[in-house]
Amino acid sequence: MASVSTPLAPLEAQPSPSFIKRLHAGDAVAHTITLIAASSIFLVTLLLVYYLWSESVLPRQKFGWNFIFTSVWDPVAGQFGALPFVFGTAVTAILALIISVPIGLGAAIFLAELAPRRISSYMTFLIELLAAVPSVIYGLLGITLLVPVLQSHVVPALKATLGFLPIFSGPFYGVSIFSASVVLAIMIVPFIVSVSREVLLAVPTEQREASLALGSTRWETTWKVVVPYASRGIYGSIFLALARALGETMAVTMVIGNTPRIQTSLLAPGYTIAAVIASEFTEATGDLYLQALIELGLVLFALTILINGIAQLLILATGPRLARS
Amino acid sequence: MMRRMLCATLGVALMTGVASAQINVTGAGATFPNPMYSKWFNEYHKQFPNIQINYQPIGSGGGIKQVTEATVDFGASDGPMTDDQIKEFKVKRGTNILHFPTVLGADVPTYNIPGVTAELNFTPEALAGIFLGKITKWNDAAIAGPNPGVKLPASDIVVVHRSDGSGTTYVWTDYLSKVSPEWNAKVGKGTSVNWPVGLGGKGNEGVAGQVKLTQNSIGYVELIYAKQNKMSYGKVKNRSGAFIKAELASVSAAADGVTIPDDFRVSITDSPAKTAYPVSSFTWLLIPEEIKDKQKLKVIQDFLKWMLGPGQKMTETLDFAPLPAPVVAKETKALAKVH
Repeated sequence: MASVSTPLAPLEAQPSPSFIKRLHAGDAVAHTITLIAASSIFLVTLLLVYYLWSESVLPRQKFGWNFIFTSVWDPVAGQFGALPFVFGTAVTAILALIISVPIGLGAAIFLAELAPRRISSYMTFLIELLAAVPSVIYGLLGITLLVPVLQSHVVPALKATLGFLPIFSGPFYGVSIFSASVVLAIMIVPFIVSVSREVLLAVPTEQREASLALGSTRWETTWKVVVPYASRGIYGSIFLALARALGETMAVTMVIGNTPRIQTSLLAPGYTIAAVIASEFTEATGDLYLQALIELGLVLFALTILINGIAQLLILATGPRLARS
Repeated sequence: MMRRMLCATLGVALMTGVASAQINVTGAGATFPNPMYSKWFNEYHKQFPNIQINYQPIGSGGGIKQVTEATVDFGASDGPMTDDQIKEFKVKRGTNILHFPTVLGADVPTYNIPGVTAELNFTPEALAGIFLGKITKWNDAAIAGPNPGVKLPASDIVVVHRSDGSGTTYVWTDYLSKVSPEWNAKVGKGTSVNWPVGLGGKGNEGVAGQVKLTQNSIGYVELIYAKQNKMSYGKVKNRSGAFIKAELASVSAAADGVTIPDDFRVSITDSPAKTAYPVSSFTWLLIPEEIKDKQKLKVIQDFLKWMLGPGQKMTETLDFAPLPAPVVAKETKALAKVH
């Protein structure tokens, strides 16, 4: 740097070899630092799995695979089966995605492609604010505002129209798998909108111009060119939302009814893995009970990997078609 | 003159120097008596500014674990430690653990039935039947029988229980286990149990909120929570046949009718005393028998003495029931064991 910025330096003056060496040394330092940063993530993950695995020896020995495939959770008798929790976690997360993806994606497309700049920037600020609201606040909103509305308006309407479906049968007490999914959906929409909007904005203008020049309408350009171009990033936003939905604890436990039973009706109460760990950990006495709760953490970890894996496969299966169109 | 002032200043400086040699004692455990303990430790600190007792309300299970691991100086629990837990404590700490009852609490049934404002009378059989899922309608004879003149609807009963592990649940299930052999065999007692029916709410506020939200529901909350939130709650029939409303006096009375063993590990639910409210319980401080740090030992001994004396007079302002005199006398004697 010094040699370049000196105007009187002779033209043939090359940076000294030691300077180049120093630059390379800098490369090595940067390489090492970033490597350490990256491996710390690997290390934390490894430690996490190791801890969950080594602290759940007792229930794994006692129940084996039955831990995941039985549904009696009885701390008094020392009988632990995680199936109702796995069921509740998977169903609420998937249902939340079904509700939130269309809304989130629609909002992101509007904000990135169609809305006037000023509205877009105000709305984006609001959405980022929503993403930062603590989950206990969503839980409070859920129990004091949403549940009564569901009880007085939404569920009666659902029962009147779709009541013949087993998933909308049975009595509704306000707290339920359905209520938890709606609260989760509200919580994860901001993640989908905020990230998807960013990736849509990052699509090069040339892509849009080329499409418009070929005679496409604005919507055709958005839906067939911009969205597919940004699809990887959009999927990324959905994964982020899914991860949050699977692990959400406080808001869910306030509206799900905390009942470890598998019922076909979405209007029935349920329970999730994260919620039961948070609820029972503080008062859990006895090694088997504690370790069963830790094994639940291991199951949640595995479930997250499994659901993410299935989602990745879905993308691989649908990806090329999206790109072609 | 100047010299005298200097002396005085020096003296004051020296004294504050001595006083600021603070002794910190840490405890952890039950959440239910936390308001009482906070007040006690606060008052004690006001009287003896060099003594600071810190209490973390992390739950009874956590309190037992932390005192066993010696990460705190004393524990606190809403349920007595089991024989296994005491054995583990002895192995790990090389000394015994002592239980000291501090105050009494109670669980009360709270309900939301449209059109019913009366204080309902519950028999043990009715409560066990409801929570077992065998009595499913409010106008069932087992409920309607002891409530003549109250028009109970033919609606389905919605049961609400605690979802988080808690001493409140321990007391409730301990009571049901005593009055119903079927409950004892099928469900048992514990801080969390496998509920035959019902919805789970987190904390007293979760149960109270769910009951308020759900028509024809019934749940149980701590007496203090019910009193401070001005909730109405039902009476429960005690062993001598009287329907008793939970009040500080009737809760304290529950400890009167029970023979207190030397280690104070006793359940006083379903007390035989005539005026006792039957779903009552002690809450305990867990103190290691041998405390090696002599400073801390003195603080803990002094505090326990103070808690049994002036401390007991502060309980009623916070809606906790004070210990009956015989229990206080017995505990004062047991204090000598701590060394």
